Amino acid sequence: MEMTLNVNGRDHRLSLDSRTTLLDALREHIGLTGSKKGCDQGQCGACTVHLAGRRVLSCLTLAAAVQGRAVTTVEGLAQGENLHPMQAAFIAHDAFQCGYCTPGQLMSAVACVREGHAASDEAIREYMSGNLCRCGAYPKIVAAIREAAPQMAPKMERA
Amino acid sequence: MRPFRYEHAADREAALQAGRSAAAAAGEAHVRAPVQYLAGGTTLIDLMKLDVMRPEVVVDINGLARQHGEIRSGPDGLQLGALVRMADAAEHPAVRRDYPVIAQSLELAASQQLRNMASLGGNVLQRTRCNYFRDVTWAACNKRAPGSGCAAIGGPDRGMAVLGVSEHCIANYPGDFAGALAALGATVDIEGPGGRRVIPFEELHRLPGDTPHIETNLAPGELITGFSVPAGPWTRRSLYLKIRDRQSYEFAIASAAVALDLDAGVVREARVALGGMVAKPWRSHEAEAALRGHPLTEGSAQAAAAAAFAQAVVHGEDRFKPELGRRTLVRALLQCAAMEI
Ligand SMILES: Cc1cc2nc3c(=O)[nH]c(=O)nc-3n(C[C@H](O)[C@H](O)[C@H](O)COP(=O)(O)OP(=O)(O)OC[C@H]3O[C@@H](n4cnc5c(N)ncnc54)[C@H](O)[C@@H]3O)c2cc1C
Ligand code: SF4
Ligand code: FES
Ligand code: FES
Repeated sequence: MEMTLNVNGRDHRLSLDSRTTLLDALREHIGLTGSKKGCDQGQCGACTVHLAGRRVLSCLTLAAAVQGRAVTTVEGLAQGENLHPMQAAFIAHDAFQCGYCTPGQLMSAVACVREGHAASDEAIREYMSGNLCRCGAYPKIVAAIREAAPQMAPKMERA
Repeated sequence: MRPFRYEHAADREAALQAGRSAAAAAGEAHVRAPVQYLAGGTTLIDLMKLDVMRPEVVVDINGLARQHGEIRSGPDGLQLGALVRMADAAEHPAVRRDYPVIAQSLELAASQQLRNMASLGGNVLQRTRCNYFRDVTWAACNKRAPGSGCAAIGGPDRGMAVLGVSEHCIANYPGDFAGALAALGATVDIEGPGGRRVIPFEELHRLPGDTPHIETNLAPGELITGFSVPAGPWTRRSLYLKIRDRQSYEFAIASAAVALDLDAGVVREARVALGGMVAKPWRSHEAEAALRGHPLTEGSAQAAAAAAFAQAVVHGEDRFKPELGRRTLVRALLQCAAMEI
């Protein structure tokens, strides 16, 4: 199938098998390997990206189904050399060990704040529960989100 | 995953047209038809990757959100379009205020990523999490391969059903939202090649009996367009209690959807549905009858719970489940009675 995917503000024209998931299109065909494949079954959150501004799992999304809608991956969070406040907070709080779950955690965390679900530690834990971390960095992830939330002024953000 | 043709339907008519070749597979189960609709894909794509579902054509119905993507709340009740996302229904102010059992059944399900993707129509059609069903290396599964037997019976059955099971399938229907719809007496709007029909939600799913592969009364190619939930004095005093092995992002091992209309502590009307151990979305008319006309006390709640599980069938490891289900229902009823509305 011929298709055009809009990723991080750029159009990519691709010729893909109808079976290709958004995750595989990003990693194998566009060369954006930030989004990670953990379970490939919708269970771990490592593949989380934003679709039209909302967090979704790219491993259960068909590439063909997202044509015409903006996809944002972890590569699209920073503005040039300026890290997104969430990325800076994750570094400041050591909110990872191996780092494999981190791109998904970051995408989920940014969405969690924008949705208004980061008002308390309890809300953060509940609304981040779709992102598993085998290294158990959870307490530091919660701390990073708590710190980044008030810094996420609208002007720091891109669509 | 097996090859399939991807089609995008711009509207309902286009979807039904594409679904027509599925209708040709008359007699086949809706979920086994060669044409499958794609909404959020969180059940369909998952099961296609596992080779459990094998459609030849996948018809993307997300374009139908323009026709069937709205939530409307009025004096007669609540209308939920089939393409409404779980996350949006869970956060809708009227749903939260007037139908808390619905909002809770949705917000306690899956994860925010999945709730952003998953549609209400697809949600009620989600399929069992029975491991033998999901893993095709198990030869015996009557639901996946009719007539092949059931690997779950006699095996580890902690996650299985105890209400509505048959000797051919003991799988649990895993959805949470369906319990809320069953309890509130919702109806389902269906469009098909033969036109439009409306059925009670309780009649959407079938008991496994000797045909566990036929899960619903939908004909191949039929499309769910929405749900109607009638208003009633009980909907505000309602809640969903979900018991699970971890606190978040887990399917229920037991659940209760309850709604009460109380008159000075006496039950005028009670609505009860159970989950986590049911072969299909399970409204307990027995529990409701046991409560009606009685003061809502721990004693009457226990009597209702006993009635609800009187017909439970256990197999092995699942022996604890009726007691867990009874306690879940008692707690839900007492919490519901104590709600300030
Ligand atoms: C990791 C994980 C955890 C989960 N946890 C929970 C949980 O705790 N509680 C819970 O309730 N659910 C849970 N789910 C299930 C999830 O809620 C369902 O997968 C989802 O609601 C299905 O909706 P969908 O739109 O993605 O359906 P799809 O996958 O798009 O469709 C499912 C089926 O329905 C058919 N279909 C879809 N829409 C229509 C329509 N309008 N008319 C006719 N046929 C249609 C499709 O052809 C397909 O056969 C979980 C899922 C995952 C992957
Ligand atoms: S319980 Fe049902 S779904 Fe599970 S193996 Fe048996 S027949 Fe298949
Ligand atoms: S890789 Fe998508 S949820 Fe695990
Ligand atoms: S940092 Fe290793 S999985 Fe989360």
